[in-house]
Amino acid sequence: MLYLGPNQADKTQNDNAITDWQRYYQQQAASVEHSLLQHFYGAGMVAASTPVSQVSFVALDFETTGLDADSNSIVSIGLVPFDLRCIYSSRARQWLVKPRFKLTDSSVTVHRITHSEIDSAPDLSQILPEFLSLLAGKVAVVHYRYIEREFMNAALQARLGDGLLFPVIDTLDLEARLYRAKPLSWWDKLRGRQKVSIRLDASRNRFNLPPYRPHHAVTDAIACAELLQAQINHRFSMDTPVSELWC
Amino acid sequence: MEIEQIEILDFLKRHSPFRELPADLLEQVACSIDIGYFKAGSEILRFNEPLHAFHLIRSGAVETFRRNGELYNRLSEGGFFAEQGLLRGGKVRFPASALEDTLIYLIPDRMFLQLFDESEFFADYVEVGYRERRKSSKAREQASADLLGATVSTLLGRVPISIGSHASVRQAAQLMSEQNVSALLILHHGDETAPDGTLAGIITDKDMRARLIAPGLDSEIPVTDIMSADPATIDHQRYIFEAMALMLRYNLHHLPVLMRGKTVGIIAISDIIRYESQNSLYVVSSIFRQQTVAELQSVVPDVHACFLRMVNEDANSQMIGSAMAAIGRSFKQRLLELAEAELGPAPVPYCFLALGSMARDEQLIFTDQDNALILDNRFDPALHGSYFEKLASFVCDGLAACGYTYCTGKVMATNPQWRQPLRVWQQYFKTWMEQATAERLLHSSIFFDIDGVWGQTQWAEQLQAQVSKQARHQPLFLASMARNALQRTPPLGFFKDFVMEQDGKQNNSLNIKRRGTAPFSDLIRIYALAVGSDANNSLNRLKDIIDAGVLPKGRGEDLRDAFEVIALTRIRHQAEVLRQGREPDNNVLPEQLSEFERKHLKEAFQVLSNAQSFLKFHFKA
Repeated sequence: MLYLGPNQADKTQNDNAITDWQRYYQQQAASVEHSLLQHFYGAGMVAASTPVSQVSFVALDFETTGLDADSNSIVSIGLVPFDLRCIYSSRARQWLVKPRFKLTDSSVTVHRITHSEIDSAPDLSQILPEFLSLLAGKVAVVHYRYIEREFMNAALQARLGDGLLFPVIDTLDLEARLYRAKPLSWWDKLRGRQKVSIRLDASRNRFNLPPYRPHHAVTDAIACAELLQAQINHRFSMDTPVSELWC
Repeated sequence: MEIEQIEILDFLKRHSPFRELPADLLEQVACSIDIGYFKAGSEILRFNEPLHAFHLIRSGAVETFRRNGELYNRLSEGGFFAEQGLLRGGKVRFPASALEDTLIYLIPDRMFLQLFDESEFFADYVEVGYRERRKSSKAREQASADLLGATVSTLLGRVPISIGSHASVRQAAQLMSEQNVSALLILHHGDETAPDGTLAGIITDKDMRARLIAPGLDSEIPVTDIMSADPATIDHQRYIFEAMALMLRYNLHHLPVLMRGKTVGIIAISDIIRYESQNSLYVVSSIFRQQTVAELQSVVPDVHACFLRMVNEDANSQMIGSAMAAIGRSFKQRLLELAEAELGPAPVPYCFLALGSMARDEQLIFTDQDNALILDNRFDPALHGSYFEKLASFVCDGLAACGYTYCTGKVMATNPQWRQPLRVWQQYFKTWMEQATAERLLHSSIFFDIDGVWGQTQWAEQLQAQVSKQARHQPLFLASMARNALQRTPPLGFFKDFVMEQDGKQNNSLNIKRRGTAPFSDLIRIYALAVGSDANNSLNRLKDIIDAGVLPKGRGEDLRDAFEVIALTRIRHQAEVLRQGREPDNNVLPEQLSEFERKHLKEAFQVLSNAQSFLKFHFKA
């Protein structure tokens, strides 16, 4: 995923107010027109009270041309299915897609994805059937949800005329709940105390998870899945209802 | 196209036995891996549950256990487990739990079995059984035999100096002086008989003297007149001993070396002598040429060079141990010759004894002297006491000067207790076996490895025969010996840069003698005594023990292989200390051991530990 400065990480606007995703999926399945979306919502969603140990997840990571979903687009998608017993990295998928907006040179350096690779990549619409079938019925896990959810919503809006909303567990948000619960006091600031970093690599480091090479979609998705395992093992329990984590 | 699991692939590329695999196979492995997360303290594998994956530690630490709950191993990043279960029925044999928060790479069983089938290296690395490794140790012996026969090319130094066949003797002599060589190659130049640049002959200093100056010829005559035409040559790939045989047969001092028909060098007899001076036979013969203790001392660097050469050439522990013992014996024998030359002939016959590692033919470089004297029964202290006291001092001081440090336990001929007539020795041995005490048991373990090196060596054999006849009928004695032998135990293995003990404690270094070779030879000695073996060398004793059938089937062979692994670790450590010029010790640091060595050592320790348990049971110790 993209490097995010502290300002972007504090962003909190724009969240939906859905808590009962099971009901939301049922409603959507009945109202959406595109068959892809009908299938997607038709696969259903677990009840809010389901213990996390019984939930199937997919870790997602999008590499994008920039941060704003209205003027930037997705260049690659990494996806790894997992549950709390095992991360199925052998079933990891990665797609390169041609962005709707031009690839800037600075994002080329971040992702190490080149113009020529992008030129031969398909449009997102071509991979959507496979992508949506892998996401259907699963709870998505990301680090910083505003990228994955908003970019996917914008991309579908543009292509299918309808947006897409799905429940997400945000591992960055789980870190923020602990380390951003209250702002630093004047006393902390006086002592030069700094905010604890809640970036992916820094968060993983707190759980003694190994450092990985960043900005590779599948690697970042695996990194995120591992982080959630550590967070649940250390701060929650196997019986924690999924509604405590998703949003 | 690059695979998606690049992070997993990168990790595999950093760790054996994966990084040795071909790239396409390694990518298949990376793509097959799933990942498990385990919080510190949580269970990873439970005994006898179905097992579907080979477990490789990505980060964190894991402990594996025996069925009875005893700690079996502790592993960190890059370590792996569950291979035994996969190879034997697909059920968990060693339960495992996470010592720290741990990520495990799970390689599915079918992928693991494919690797096991396709890569011999992987199979050898992973398989815990000794039977498989015995195959590779045979290959090693073959390799060492090949290495011992080094080829001529290893002796080649400078490019050979040559001159055309049209040159005069004077020109040749001038070139030889300029280049400071004692032999010159003559190459065809403008001859009809052979192409230019091919070898026509060789001329040496000696030829100039014998064929030019002595007969009074003019130095302007062509060099071809006095050269040795069409000299004997040798190909660079032939063995050094072949070169030696050729030079001896034709009494040559120089031999041109050819590579694809072209001369690439000349070897001189002095090159061969220098090479052979690192040979144990040469060292032994050189010891007997030295006239004083100081001269003997000057041979010590050759002893070290000989030891290092054998280690480099992958000689096995028995070859090295017996070569070093032969050298040690020669020092003693030569010192006794020198002592007798100085003190006059002995007033009564005697036998000088080597004890301990030298007697067992398991001597290494850093070793203390264990020796003793058996005197004739007519020995009279008043008359002969002072002679043998001086003789003992001469030898022991001489040995100390040559690097064999004094024995801290005073097991030396200079100690009057160990300078006694034969009948006293016989009584000693009888008492040690019949009325064992802690001190006597210690004596038994030292003196029952006995070798006569000088004089009436048959007395040493008599004492040994007494032991092998009597000991096996003394169950109490054997039980006490066994109890003693169980006091020194091997560690469990290694964890990160620590030595891990059976109780899970960690230490920084491992005394490979105290915790390895010594308890091993103690154990073998007891069985040897029990089966009445008269061998001294541990491996020869082991043969007798295997033949006697007192060990469970296959256990003797396991012991032999494990002994070799431990002995070679000690040998390599001493070689390293010697190369670095450090203070000698037997303390091996885990960080000096490769993963491969650690793994094999751990298994060898396990074999020793099991054998100790069996010994305890067997002798009711």
